[in-house]
Amino acid sequence: MNKAVLEVRDLQKTFGAVTAAQDISVTVPEGAVYSLIGSNGAGKTTFVNMVTGYIKPDSGLINFGNRNIAGMAPRQITRLGIHRSFQIAQLCAELTVEENMLVADAIHGHPGPSFLRRAHNAEARERALATLERFHIAEHRDRLVPELSGGVKKLLDIAMAMAGETQIMMLDEPTSGVAADEKFPIMDLVMDALRSAGVTVIFVEHDMDIVTRYSERVLAFYDGRIIADDAPGEVLSDPEVQRYVTGAPA
Amino acid sequence: MRFNLLLAAVIAFVVLAAGSVILPDWAMFLFAMALAKGLVCLGIVGMMRGGVVSFGQGLYYCLGAYTATLVANNLGVSDIFLLTLLSSAVCLLVGMAFGPLLSSYRGIFFAMLSLALSMVLYGSLSKMSFIGGTDGLNIAAPTFLGWAPEGRPLQMALYIYVVAIVVIAGVLMRIYFDSERGLLTLATRDNELRVEYLGASVRNVMTYNYVFGAVLGGIGGTIAALALGHVDPEFAFWTTSGEFVFVAILAGSLSVPSVFVAAIILELVRSFSNLYFPNTWQLALGIFLLAVIVVLPKGLGSLVSRRKGSPA
Ligand SMILES: Nc1ncnc2c1ncn2[C@@H]1O[C@H](COP(=O)(O)OP(=O)(O)OP(=O)(O)O)[C@@H](O)[C@H]1O
Ligand SMILES: [Mg+2]
Repeated sequence: MNKAVLEVRDLQKTFGAVTAAQDISVTVPEGAVYSLIGSNGAGKTTFVNMVTGYIKPDSGLINFGNRNIAGMAPRQITRLGIHRSFQIAQLCAELTVEENMLVADAIHGHPGPSFLRRAHNAEARERALATLERFHIAEHRDRLVPELSGGVKKLLDIAMAMAGETQIMMLDEPTSGVAADEKFPIMDLVMDALRSAGVTVIFVEHDMDIVTRYSERVLAFYDGRIIADDAPGEVLSDPEVQRYVTGAPA
Repeated sequence: MRFNLLLAAVIAFVVLAAGSVILPDWAMFLFAMALAKGLVCLGIVGMMRGGVVSFGQGLYYCLGAYTATLVANNLGVSDIFLLTLLSSAVCLLVGMAFGPLLSSYRGIFFAMLSLALSMVLYGSLSKMSFIGGTDGLNIAAPTFLGWAPEGRPLQMALYIYVVAIVVIAGVLMRIYFDSERGLLTLATRDNELRVEYLGASVRNVMTYNYVFGAVLGGIGGTIAALALGHVDPEFAFWTTSGEFVFVAILAGSLSVPSVFVAAIILELVRSFSNLYFPNTWQLALGIFLLAVIVVLPKGLGSLVSRRKGSPA
């Protein structure tokens, strides 16, 4: 096993009477592909939100690159190399696909976005186009976000999250809102891009076929706790998981 | 690379500067005031691109005007360049003080807070009798690098000065709007969550736009004070700020020149309807704005901008 890139220890989070995270501890080795499963409201998004800084855990440690990032702001965590996509794609609706990509490119450029350099400069557009091509959405580059299909939105969301130095990519339900016949092609594209960049992947998924096919290890959430942490075959045949998560024998 | 922009700037300067020869005195004064106020409005447009509208740009308009006046009267500085520089420096500092505070507010809260700040200045100046109270102060005619024109040449010099500043500020803001930072502002208006998760600071984006607005407001106020020869607390009154917002909405955020066109339209409408319908001109103005919002929701700029889909 590679050395750990992310070490989460005893995370707790409550929202009023709801316990969204309880004793969450996970160690993710570098380059691994993890999936998070669990029924609605089990705490998957809360876990992603805590690791990426949107929610501050009540207690616990999130060690990344020899420091505890628990409670840091999203943009600081992004700068450190943990990037994310969203359950509902977060895009700039009044901008074109290309411009969305240019925003991501500008933020991660050196030494940061310029007051003078044109946003639409030739090199940036070339880089944006290359990324869009890698995700097979270059043909949509001049379209505005509201005109896009669910699948294209998801891909753009992930493509934007890939800008800059990504060490860990957290994908919150990459195939939700995507047509059934597009799910596998989209996952193929995304996982190829992430693997070839050597990125550690943690994705939330409801579709067990996708979980089995793409992840090396599965974390099953129930009621804010992790009830199983193992290889997909083991987790999906676990009776507790079958009872609380998948709802049927695998 | 920026050839078109440079060409447009040269043409704008030549056309506007020609006014110094063609225009009668009253019109030249009106245009100078309109262009000075247009600078303030350009600052609001910069903020509007980020999704917020300041209802208190009178703060910087007034601050710039009073700074120039107080410096001129008490320190004996009359050079227009130096006065502009000093008052924009003061507005820069004040903008940098309030910017970080205001940058975490949006919508009506941002508008009201900026309005409140301007009304604090209005109230304080009105009470300070040692600097004229509600009567305000007079400021002597400026000099231009040692040259002290009078009469028509003074008006011409002042007019050409404001034209030059407008063209330079217009070019700089166009460059900024088209830049990576400018695109980041549009992205921020659209989706702050996304911008933060890409690793950029939304507050920082908002602060810069606010500070640029402050400096532009201060320059506009300085020039207006010099053109009028007088400043009073009305510069910071909410109706003054309201007019700036009016112009910014009329112009929209698509085109920089349209801001100055809108400012000139407002001044023309104001002076003519003041003449012919002295008590109802605000009504005329209101109907005009309503018509623009209905017909051209993205402002006058959408008549000339190539970007129809989204604001540039
Ligand atoms: N910001 C919040 N405020 C209050 N309660 C919250 C908040 N975020 C999550 N919760 C609650 O915490 C629990 C876990 O929610 P979470 O979004 O993590 O679930 P999930 O596993 O991602 O579910 P889904 O599959 O529906 O996306 C739920 O009961 C939810 O209502
Ligand atoms: Mg969720």
